Amino acid sequence: MFGILLSRWRQGHRTISFPSGQPTLPDRFRGLPVIDQSKCPSGCRECAEVCPTDAISFDAKGLQLDLGRCIFCSDCVQACPEKAITFTPEFRLATRNREDLILNEHELRLADALDEKIRRLFGRSLKLRQVSAGGCAGCEVEVNVLSTVVFDLGRFGIQVVASPRHADGLLITGPVTQNMLLALQKTYDATPTPKIVIAVGACAISGGPYIDHPEAHNGADSVLPVDLYIPGCPPHPLTILDGLLRLLGRIEASAGHKSSK
Amino acid sequence: MSETLRMLTLHNGGARPVQEVPTLDWQQFRSVILNSVASGAHVAAMFGHVPDGKDCVEIFAVLADRESGQIHVAKSTISENAYPSLTIDCPQVHLFEREIAEQYELLPEGHPWLKPVRFVKSHRSNHGTSKRPLIGVTDFYRVEGEEVHEVAVGPVHAGVIEPGHFRFQCHGEQVFHLEISLGYQHRGVESKLMGGPNKRTIHYMETLSGDATVGHTTAYCQSIEALAGCKVPARAQVLRGVALELERLANHTGDLGALSGDVGFLPTASYCGRLRGDFLNMTALLCGSRLGRALVRPGGIVYDLDESRAKELLNRLETTMRDVTNAVDLLWNSSSTMSRFEETGKLSLETCEQLGIVGPAARACGLECDVRNDFPAGIFRMSHIPVSTAVTGDVFARAYVRWLEIQRSADFVREQLQALVGGTIKTTLGELAGEKIVVSLVEGWRGQICHVAMTDPRGHIARYKVVDPSFYNWMGLALAMRNQQISDFPLCNKSFNLSYCGHDL
Ligand code: SF4
Repeated sequence: MFGILLSRWRQGHRTISFPSGQPTLPDRFRGLPVIDQSKCPSGCRECAEVCPTDAISFDAKGLQLDLGRCIFCSDCVQACPEKAITFTPEFRLATRNREDLILNEHELRLADALDEKIRRLFGRSLKLRQVSAGGCAGCEVEVNVLSTVVFDLGRFGIQVVASPRHADGLLITGPVTQNMLLALQKTYDATPTPKIVIAVGACAISGGPYIDHPEAHNGADSVLPVDLYIPGCPPHPLTILDGLLRLLGRIEASAGHKSSK
Repeated sequence: MSETLRMLTLHNGGARPVQEVPTLDWQQFRSVILNSVASGAHVAAMFGHVPDGKDCVEIFAVLADRESGQIHVAKSTISENAYPSLTIDCPQVHLFEREIAEQYELLPEGHPWLKPVRFVKSHRSNHGTSKRPLIGVTDFYRVEGEEVHEVAVGPVHAGVIEPGHFRFQCHGEQVFHLEISLGYQHRGVESKLMGGPNKRTIHYMETLSGDATVGHTTAYCQSIEALAGCKVPARAQVLRGVALELERLANHTGDLGALSGDVGFLPTASYCGRLRGDFLNMTALLCGSRLGRALVRPGGIVYDLDESRAKELLNRLETTMRDVTNAVDLLWNSSSTMSRFEETGKLSLETCEQLGIVGPAARACGLECDVRNDFPAGIFRMSHIPVSTAVTGDVFARAYVRWLEIQRSADFVREQLQALVGGTIKTTLGELAGEKIVVSLVEGWRGQICHVAMTDPRGHIARYKVVDPSFYNWMGLALAMRNQQISDFPLCNKSFNLSYCGHDL
C-alpha cells in the first residue's frame, strides 16, 4: 500500500491543460499542409504523380489538396522541385463538411458546433461507440490514448461506451470493408436517435490507402451520414480531441486557418 | 539433413533465382515438410501461386530452421483441384491450408476443420464457381449436452478494438472450447501488391498492421532491397533497429498496463497508459509520427537523428524507463494481481511447438525463438539482444517476458544511441532483378513477421506473401482458453494482444 502511494506521488500529475494551454508537438510533426502556388512551375505535376491516394489534383484554380484523402506521408514534399508544399505544426484539422477538407486558396473551415437543439442534448455528456471497419489499429491507438490520464477525455463528459444502445453516436475508423458493412449498419441502427457519426482518419473519410479497393468502401460517408471529419493517418490525439470539442461547442469556431499563401 | 538438400537454402533477406526452388512431387514435398518440422523447423509460410499463363497452382513451403539460421524453400505443383492435407501430421500448416483453399480453390483432403479464413472471393476469378461467402456464415464447433451453452461475441466488441467473432462453448463459467472467426478487416491488400511496387506499396506495408508499422516496413524494405541488390547504409540499419525497439517498448508497456487494467489494478494501468504514449512520442521525435509512419523506406530511412536529438532521446528514455520500472514493480508486488495472472490461460510448450506459435507468447512457454537472434539481419547482425523466455506459459509468463524484453530493448537503444555510427541514411534502390525469390523475417513486437517476394521476368512483383505474427498465434489464444473461466477471456486475449487486420490483410 505504501509502495502504491509512493509511486502515485512519483508518477506525478500528467494531464495536459488542453484546450486552455498550448500543447507542444514534436518539431517533425506533420500537421496542416500549406501550398505556395506561386512557386509551382507551370505544368508541373510532380506532387500529384507521387501521391499514393491521389489527394492532389489540378483545376482552373490550380493545385487542390484533399485533406480527407491525405495520409500525411510527405511524398509530395520530397517530390516537389520548388518546395511549394510544406507541412506545418497546425494540428487543428477537423471539419463538418467533406468539401471543407479540399484545400485551395480558401482557409480551412474548421468544424463548428452541432445545432443548438442537439448540442443541448450532447454538449455536457457525449457517449460514443467506436466501430473499427477495416482500421489498421493506428486510428484505434490514437482514440484509445484519449482515455489515458494525459488527455483524460472523461473531464469533457465524453466517453467511449460498450454498447451502441448506450451511445449518442458512432466514431468510425477504417475504410468500411465489405466484410464489416453489415455489422456497421446494424450498430448504427442499434444506436438511438438523434445520433451523430464521426469519421476518424483518412480511411474513414475517403478510403485512405484503400481507395477504390473492391474489398472496401470509400469511407464512412459512402454508407452513413457523417457529422464530423477528422483527417490524419492516424490523426494526432489532439486533432481528434480538438474536433470533438469543436463539435460540442467547447472550443469556439472562430478561427479557420490559411492553408495556402 | 538429406531433406534440406532437396530444398533451396536462403538466408534472411537474401535473394535467389526463383528457378532454383526445387519442384517436388507431393510425396517428397510432404516428407521434406514433415521431416524438417520434426527436427525443429518452423513453417514460416505456405502459400499458393499461379505461374504466369498456366492453369495449375504451385504450393510453396518456407521452412525456417532456427538452429542453423537457414531458410529452406520448396514447391509442389497441383494440377488437380485437391491434394492430401498435411494438417493431421503437421498442425502448423492448418491455417495455411485453409488459406490456400480459400484463395486458390484447392481442397486439402482430410483437413480436420476446413472453413473460410477471411470470407473472400478466390484469387482465381476465372476458375470454378467463385462465389463470395457471407462473412461469419459457416459451421462452428458445437458441444452438445444439458447445461452446455454457447456464447457468441462480436464482430463489434465493447472496447476500442478491431472486429472479430468469438464463439465459446461453455458449461457454466467454464470454457470447453473457443472458436475464433475473422476476416472482417479484410481490405484486399495482398492482391493489390501484384505487379508492384508502385506508389501505394509502402503505404500498404505501413498499415498492414498499423501498430507494427516499423516491423512490417522493415520486412518489406529488406525484401525489396535484396531484390534490387541494394546495400543499405549502416546508419540507416541502426536507426531502423532503434525504431523497431521503440515500437516494441511502446506496445509492451501498453500491454502491461492493459493487463493490469483487465484485473482492476488501476495504478499500473494508468501509469503504463501514459508511458506508452511517451514511447510513441519518442518515435515522433524521430520522424514526426507516433506510429513510425514515413520513416522506413527502401534504401534506408527518411529522417536522420542529429546529435541533439539523439541526446534528447536518451534523456527521455532514461526518465521513461525509470517510471516504467516503478509502475511495473507495483504489478509484481501486488499479490491479488499475481493470483489472477498465474495459472491463467496456460499454453504448454508442446502445443506451442505443434501450432508454430511465435513471439512473446512462444517465449513465455520456454521456446527460444526470436528472429533477432535466430535469423539476424541489419543491425542485429552486429548487436545481439538476449532472448527472453519464461516457463509457465500462462498470462503471468507472457507479461513477464514482455517486461524482460522492455529492459533489453531499452539497453539496446541506449547502446546504439551512445555510439551512433556515422554516414548517410539513404541510398538509391535501383531496379528489381527479375525472377528472384526472397524471404524476409523481422521480429516484430508480436513476434515473427514473414514476407516472401517473387518477381516476374520484368522485375515486377509476381507474388507477395505476408504472414503477420497474429496469423500463427490466433489458434494459440483459442487453445489457451480451454478449461478457463469465460470471465478470464479479456485477460487472456490481452496477454496475446493479436492483430485482426494483420491476420485479415
Ligand atoms: S502528404 Fe498527402 S498530399 Fe502529399 S503525397 Fe502524401 S498523401 Fe498525397
